[in-house]
Amino acid sequence: MSANEDRQRAASTRTAWLLSAPALVVLILAASGPLLIVLVYSFLSPGDYTGVQRPFTLEAWQSILFTRDIFDGTLQLADAHLSIFWRSVKLSLLTTAITFAVGFPTAWFIATRPAKSRALWLFLITIPFWTNLLIRTVAINEVIRNEGVINTLLIRAGLIDQPLRIIYTDTAVLIGMAYVYLPLMVLPLFAAIDRFDMKLLEAGYDLYASRLQVLRRVILPLVKPGIVAGSILVFIPSLGAYVTPRVLGGGKNMMIGNFIELQFGQGRNWPLGAALSMTLLVIVTVALLVYVRAANRDRSHG
Amino acid sequence: MAERAFSATRLPGFATVAIVVFLALYAPIITLVVFSFNDANSVAVWGGLSWRWYQVAWENTLVKEAAVRSLIIATSAALIATTVATMAALGTTRRAAFRGQTAIYVIINQPLMVPEIVTAVALLIFFAWIKVATGYQGLGYLIAAHSAFCIPFAYLPIRARLEGMDLSLETAAADLYATPWQAFRRVTLPLLAPGIIAGAMLAFVISLDDVVITEFVKSGGQDTLPTYMLGQIRRAVTPDVNAISTALLALTVILLTAFFLLTRKRD
Amino acid sequence: MPNADLYDHGRAAGGWLVNKDVAVEVRNAVKAFGQGDSAVRALDDVSVDIRKGEFFTLLGPSGCGKTTLLRLIAGFETPTSGEILLDGKDITQDPPNRRPVNTVFQSYALFPHLTVAQNIGFGLEMQGRPKAEIAAVTANMLALVQLGPMAQRKTSQLSGGQQQRVALARALAPQPKVLLLDEPLSALDLKLRKEMQIELKRLQLETGITFVFVTHDQEEALTMSDRIGVMSAGKLQQIGTPREIYTSPLNRFVAAFIGETNFLSGKVEPGGVRLPSGDLVEASGTEGRSGQVTLAVRPEQVRLTRAGEPGALAATIANWVYFGTDTHCHVTLSDGTQVVARLQNPASGESGLERGKPVALRFAPGAAQVLGD
Repeated sequence: MSANEDRQRAASTRTAWLLSAPALVVLILAASGPLLIVLVYSFLSPGDYTGVQRPFTLEAWQSILFTRDIFDGTLQLADAHLSIFWRSVKLSLLTTAITFAVGFPTAWFIATRPAKSRALWLFLITIPFWTNLLIRTVAINEVIRNEGVINTLLIRAGLIDQPLRIIYTDTAVLIGMAYVYLPLMVLPLFAAIDRFDMKLLEAGYDLYASRLQVLRRVILPLVKPGIVAGSILVFIPSLGAYVTPRVLGGGKNMMIGNFIELQFGQGRNWPLGAALSMTLLVIVTVALLVYVRAANRDRSHG
Repeated sequence: MAERAFSATRLPGFATVAIVVFLALYAPIITLVVFSFNDANSVAVWGGLSWRWYQVAWENTLVKEAAVRSLIIATSAALIATTVATMAALGTTRRAAFRGQTAIYVIINQPLMVPEIVTAVALLIFFAWIKVATGYQGLGYLIAAHSAFCIPFAYLPIRARLEGMDLSLETAAADLYATPWQAFRRVTLPLLAPGIIAGAMLAFVISLDDVVITEFVKSGGQDTLPTYMLGQIRRAVTPDVNAISTALLALTVILLTAFFLLTRKRD
Repeated sequence: MPNADLYDHGRAAGGWLVNKDVAVEVRNAVKAFGQGDSAVRALDDVSVDIRKGEFFTLLGPSGCGKTTLLRLIAGFETPTSGEILLDGKDITQDPPNRRPVNTVFQSYALFPHLTVAQNIGFGLEMQGRPKAEIAAVTANMLALVQLGPMAQRKTSQLSGGQQQRVALARALAPQPKVLLLDEPLSALDLKLRKEMQIELKRLQLETGITFVFVTHDQEEALTMSDRIGVMSAGKLQQIGTPREIYTSPLNRFVAAFIGETNFLSGKVEPGGVRLPSGDLVEASGTEGRSGQVTLAVRPEQVRLTRAGEPGALAATIANWVYFGTDTHCHVTLSDGTQVVARLQNPASGESGLERGKPVALRFAPGAAQVLGD
């Protein structure tokens, strides 16, 4: 390495940083940096009205899982909090499962269309993907609420007298989340299936495999990276969902996202809200790391 | 079932599921669009075709102001995000690996990974400080927040375009006496243009659609169309929400179609 | 020794003693990629003089460093050490846009957003030449490569051969002192390649510009070049005219890479080289050599004769392969060495070749060459 080449390399690195700097400044000021403040807030005590005050304490972190008894001051598991966590995780897992169950055949269908119409089918999946999440939630709301399309049609047909009560239940939130996050499952699955060499199917059938065996022994193992990617892409936003549970779940069927908001609003417990936010961030980061590791492992296997 | 020719790629039931999925995906959206043209006062009854709710929405100053605010924020955020993302893409692609490259990637893509609600409360706290310190209450906070989370959406198509570009073209320009700046202006930038436009459009759509971060960052009286709608739904669903949704939807579909055609045209 | 001193002195004084006939001079160029122990020397102390107006070819297998050397001359890379001189002026540190040297890229690198004419005029435009001059030169260049009617087309609408011509015209338009061509014909099919070979040679003669041509195709190199530099493992193995390279390869690499060759080992003795079979073969290049050496003999220089002929090497026919114009006959010497003889096929009748048949072979006078180490 000559001094000249070292100089060039250093210049290239400097250019890279200089060009990236404006983007980094915007992101650090208006996205990444404030996360640190949240971390600090999670170790403070709630303010008298809003905000926070000293002293530093672990109270907020403790109160994620425990409540202090008003009378004797002993710690008890916070049932209300636990039920919100449980609902968030359960609904997110179910959303992931449902979107995979219907998303895989859909992705397969798109990937096996002739090249010309494939782009169109893919576009049809992409439109909802980019459409405002609130609009899609409103659309589902129109369909399932008490005076919505389904109930109106069923009552008009004389099948039921009272509207089916779907809205403001966990089921409504589940339907809504599966609906809004489905494209996030289909797109990575499609990408994986699109890379899949269809000749392998012929090889499988040639070697006496049944359709089910081909699906289980050939297709699924090879599109696994897509399955993992799709599952993560659905699970992470489901866990942090705010709009869909708020519109379809009503006030009672909260998920973590709504619970966090509550602490910054009526709850007036900013430290708890901050601690909950950090918890959510940690869970999401762990899920992403699992995904990255799985993706790297698959890549190294060929 | 009539006997079918063997097809290795056909899996039984898959096509049926797929068709049902497409129907289920579009039925609610189509319902929403159709009912936005409903003349009846209730969202449940069909009272004939009319523009009534579009008129109602249009005459509502709150809606009009929210629409203008949405467009101002989305345009500013798209411009800022695309500019800084283009520079970052030029900085981080097509050069030898360097120290801190991964850190730059992580920060740029961070908005895609951190749950929106977490960023939203973080900005709520941070901007509250600044509001107290400076007394400034304007749209700047929303524009800054939107610019930040739009950056990865602008960055990705620009970077993809850059990586697909033949490095030898700029080498050829240098060989033909172009200075680095001339090579950038005459070769790199024209070839990169479709990626930049695509990135700007995605950023615009993403900003226009945002609910959560806007809801937490906005000061009083700074509703955008989505946060206005969210507030309306909380009270009661009125048909003018359908009209606003349909208008936003139309804008998104137009931009997406343009994006689709733009990215497909590349050779 | 005094000469070397003079030379060094000349260089120090600004090159006033530099040979006026030399266009490009590469001095002790080293190019290493990577750092520390993992560093790879793509160029390992290469020196060469490329003369004005000549068609000089860098020939070698992929990864031998020929393209790296070309990129050093173009200025796309800077050498780790060593110098590049153009017309006696040190240009080692000049960026490519300040070197009067142009390149025809392997992938052509035509600007897809510009028309054919805009591509050709690009270099002149960047030099800030007047519009009228650019238009005139572009028109000339279009005529030179016979693409006049295509001037306003986008380059993506052209065939591979036409794109190749645009790339050539674009590189020639600014009238560079040296034109560098990086395997420009490799993307063309065989027929087009032959046409372009003739075309390139014509352009070089018409323009009088020094061409430095990189290829891995020995036939291309032999037919087009005034001189060839054979490269391997980052080093120049031999520089010479096509005839010199073919008939007097300096070492085993050059002999094997260019054409087909039989290698025989033997011991230098007065009057020739003694093979393990005991036969003494007359060979050139034995001066100053002793002990074990390698002999190279081209297959077309091997003659088969009747067994038992005096002075010929005894052998048996192992196999043969029919090639239409000739037959490659594989024979085994008495010590087991395999030798290939290329025999002209008779106009009619049988060749009379039979597996296991005892024959004798003889090398054409001057055909057997002792190779360097």
